[in-house]
Amino acid sequence: MDVLIGQLATGLSLGSILLLAALGLSLTFGQMGVINMAHGEFIMAGCYTAYLVQQVVSSAGTSLLISLVLGFLVGGAMGALLEITLIQRMYDRPLDTLLVTFGVGLILQQIARDLFGAPAVNVVAPAWLSGGVELFGAVVPKTRIFILILAAVCVAALATALKTSPMGRRIRAVVQNRDLAETSGISSRKTDITTFFIGSGLAGVAGVALTLIGSTSPTTGQSYLIDAFLVVVVGGLGQIKGTVIAALALGFLNSFIEYNTTASLAKVILFVIIVIFLQVRPQGLFTVRTRSLV
Amino acid sequence: MTSLLGRWQTWAGFGVAAVVLFGLAPALLSDFRLSLLAKFLCFAIVAVGIGLAWGRGGMLVLGQGVFFGLGGYIMGMHLKISDAALAKQAVPDFMQIAGVKELPAYWEPFASPLLTLLAIVLVPTVIAALLGLGVFKRRVKGAYFAILSQALAAALAILLIGQTSVGGSNGLTNFRTFFGFALKDPVNKKMLFFIAAAVLLIVVAVVRQLMQSRYGELLVAVRDGEERVRFLGYDPANIKVVAYVVAALFASIAGALFAPIVGFIAPSQVGIVPSIAFLIGVAIGGRTTLLGPVLGAIGVAWAQTLLSERFPSGWTYAQGFLFIVVVGFFPAGLAGLGVLLRRRRKKAEPDPQPDPEPESEKAGATA
Amino acid sequence: MQRPPRSLMSRSALVAGSLIATTSLLLAGCGSKASDTEGAAAESCVDTSGSTVKVGSLNSLSGTMAISEVTVRDAIKLAVDEINAAGGVLDKQIQIVGEDGASEPTVFAEKAEKLISSDCVAAVFGGWTSSSRKAMLPVFESNNSLLYYPVQYEGLESSKNIFYTGATTNQQIVPALDYLKEKGVKSLYLVGSDYVFPQTANRIIKAYAGANGIEIKGEDYTPLGSTDFSTIVNKVRTADADAVFNTLNGDSNVAFFREYKNVGLTPQAMPVVSVSIAEEEVGGIGVQNITDQLTAWNYYQTIDTPVNKKFVEAYKKAYGANKPTSDPMEAAYVSVYLWKNTVEKAKSFDVKAVQDNAGGVTFDAPEGLVTIDGENHHITKTARIGEIHPDGLIYTVWESPGPIKPDPYLKSYPWAAGLSG
Repeated sequence: MDVLIGQLATGLSLGSILLLAALGLSLTFGQMGVINMAHGEFIMAGCYTAYLVQQVVSSAGTSLLISLVLGFLVGGAMGALLEITLIQRMYDRPLDTLLVTFGVGLILQQIARDLFGAPAVNVVAPAWLSGGVELFGAVVPKTRIFILILAAVCVAALATALKTSPMGRRIRAVVQNRDLAETSGISSRKTDITTFFIGSGLAGVAGVALTLIGSTSPTTGQSYLIDAFLVVVVGGLGQIKGTVIAALALGFLNSFIEYNTTASLAKVILFVIIVIFLQVRPQGLFTVRTRSLV
Repeated sequence: MTSLLGRWQTWAGFGVAAVVLFGLAPALLSDFRLSLLAKFLCFAIVAVGIGLAWGRGGMLVLGQGVFFGLGGYIMGMHLKISDAALAKQAVPDFMQIAGVKELPAYWEPFASPLLTLLAIVLVPTVIAALLGLGVFKRRVKGAYFAILSQALAAALAILLIGQTSVGGSNGLTNFRTFFGFALKDPVNKKMLFFIAAAVLLIVVAVVRQLMQSRYGELLVAVRDGEERVRFLGYDPANIKVVAYVVAALFASIAGALFAPIVGFIAPSQVGIVPSIAFLIGVAIGGRTTLLGPVLGAIGVAWAQTLLSERFPSGWTYAQGFLFIVVVGFFPAGLAGLGVLLRRRRKKAEPDPQPDPEPESEKAGATA
Repeated sequence: MQRPPRSLMSRSALVAGSLIATTSLLLAGCGSKASDTEGAAAESCVDTSGSTVKVGSLNSLSGTMAISEVTVRDAIKLAVDEINAAGGVLDKQIQIVGEDGASEPTVFAEKAEKLISSDCVAAVFGGWTSSSRKAMLPVFESNNSLLYYPVQYEGLESSKNIFYTGATTNQQIVPALDYLKEKGVKSLYLVGSDYVFPQTANRIIKAYAGANGIEIKGEDYTPLGSTDFSTIVNKVRTADADAVFNTLNGDSNVAFFREYKNVGLTPQAMPVVSVSIAEEEVGGIGVQNITDQLTAWNYYQTIDTPVNKKFVEAYKKAYGANKPTSDPMEAAYVSVYLWKNTVEKAKSFDVKAVQDNAGGVTFDAPEGLVTIDGENHHITKTARIGEIHPDGLIYTVWESPGPIKPDPYLKSYPWAAGLSG
């Protein structure tokens, strides 16, 4: 029984990590159909931001809180910069943006290697997050609970922002029908930059959170990228609840399969499941219904 | 738009290529450089297929490493079995070391050369057809397809690394013979180069045929306006599947040649990174043209070898910049650059003098 | 505009291409059909007439393995600089030709070929992953050149063209098992990355365990680069073995140890013995996550001998006071000196002379005295179990009585009888 509880907790935790990594991606992908392969490197930038902040602020707890804010800003700035310089020229060629952002990712990885060195660097977790919590016989590390809470907060914040704030309404308008939104007076240019800022900022936050459980090295982003994409593909574009449900579902599935087989086999089986799922629902779980044929 | 190339030009083109590949290259290059070029030709064969699927068909195929690896591993399994047979052993050397006494069941079919060749052609074709039909019939978006093909490459690489019965992370290495010919002999290495060159010529010919036929026009139509093609009564899914299958077939053949030429096949040729690396040559050369992918692939591979000799970590930056600059700003590649320059030159010609206005209009319309 | 009929034009491409291709192929003529003639070994182009001799240093300077291999390159250079300052080899100064393997076996094979046939080096030092070594093996055998490979690996290999200065399994894994048995461990949990080294190591561990009454409570693998260990650590915790044998590689170790500590598992209750964590990796994992855990190597920076102190000092002076020295680095340093000593014993750079004279060549290494085994081309190494201390360095807690003779095929261990064919 405690094994089952343990696996449920594991699945939930994995799902929350996937959610954090994929949340920003679903926003940028859903907004513009732009596949940002540098999203993984934005996560990595968040990790290194946490590392740098910790060099300056020695208290691990304070540095974590500062890093969360700073990670959002750094990631957001990088995303906005990417959008302004490159992506805005390529909206009519979504597949090409995949390759271009892949090139950007490569360069960012190499810069990280040259700046910080190739080996992983250590980011110390605060003392109040060390250890675990007993839960019906299973032990759940406090860091994972923190990430779960953080993911929930991010989703809530994003959902509220999108629903109630004027900027959120503008973003939703552009997602649903860009041309109509423009004729209504919304500057789609500004909205695009804002969306990219928020999406990449969320990646930065994810990176900061991930320093609690993983390593910080130039290749950190790569390990989360494919999974984040699969979450977005399964969840569908344009609605947050799709991303949330897909992330949790994939997290539970992955843990369950991994427990019964091996981790490598779990990845392959999960891929097959996703392909089969797309047969049934090619547009993903939830999508914005438009009249457009595309 | 089909260019009106007379039959002469086609024959001349292939003739020149044959002379360069079969005559000049072996004469001018050392043995080491020649086998390097043979490796590049394998990449060029993959590139031709990608040019068809991506350049003409608009499908971003990010997982060609899968089919490349399938062809390579099938050929590799056959080569290991025949090596073992020649050495009068029951199982290949790496299996002996691992204590495996009997050939695993799924290795058995590849003892026969004929079955191996059939498998190299059929297995990736069938897989590509299944995947393609599954994705395109359900009208899954191009972006999703790109991500799925990438995820497939990642998953297959992980699977192969974990399986010791196909060599695990080391892959299948140390091939001694190729269908009876000793691979150590430089004359046989040259022979492999000639085979690769011949396959490249045939593959280019096939793609040119496809591009010039009605299918080629349909493919470009699907790329540019899939919905319109559907309204005209065709099923774009079938059209795209054919291109995808052809690309997979070429990648598989290239992989099958790569294994004996380089001497091993490993999961590092199957995953995400090599799959994307196949694309960069196509992008630089000009993805929609016939020769662009070929020359781009060979050029990029050659540049990589040269650059990494001089600036080791510089190649990563160079690769990143190439992706950004070429795909972002010159999507038609170098071939497109030529067209751009020609257009600029035409614009530079002075406009003809405007006709003098007729007297009646100058005076203005008088009531 | 009169266009020729479609059918004629569309076929000309295919016909033209295929005809020309096949004709050229046939004209090119078939190569030697000989299938088992041992072709004459390639002529060596090494030029020993002048005052310098070239050697190759082939390491990944870019890509995922650059982390570890850059330090190996630095160690090789340190050895070469020291040898040159002391007069060189056979009165010739050593000149390094450096190449980047780019963490890619195809590139390793290609660069090895280039170093041998274009740069005409007398020997090559480098390689790291088993896949790079397996890719280079045919190149060195067919060109009859020499590779000195400095990394601990899974054994089950010996080539007359390769000298292995890293530990083989009976010098690292088996002594670790002896240590655990001595400490009274009766059950083990095996965790590793899903590739050839951990898989082979675990087979050996299971054979040893079977013969020595140790229960294997579980065996789990994760893909290379995986960072999620919640499931595995959960399993480890519930299985409650006496110790964990860890063959994870790279960044996976960071995630594993963080999870391990946070779930409440301690080195006192369930120690983890790792074989891929050296001084550099400790920093990335975070000392507080891994203090008091065990490692199995043959060399630690903290070894208290005058030879080692001199080595550490020289390395830090050349590359920075905060750079640690680790086992593969030291093995690379040793490999250069062993080559020098063999060449001086043979009084020649010729490959055959080196191979014939290698047996019995010794060197007073920072890890202790090492001797080359002429049969399997490995070296004797002392096994050391180390404990990680809060200062980030590893301190020896157990040492094998003397240097262990290398036995890559585990022929001298009766319990390993069924392992290799």
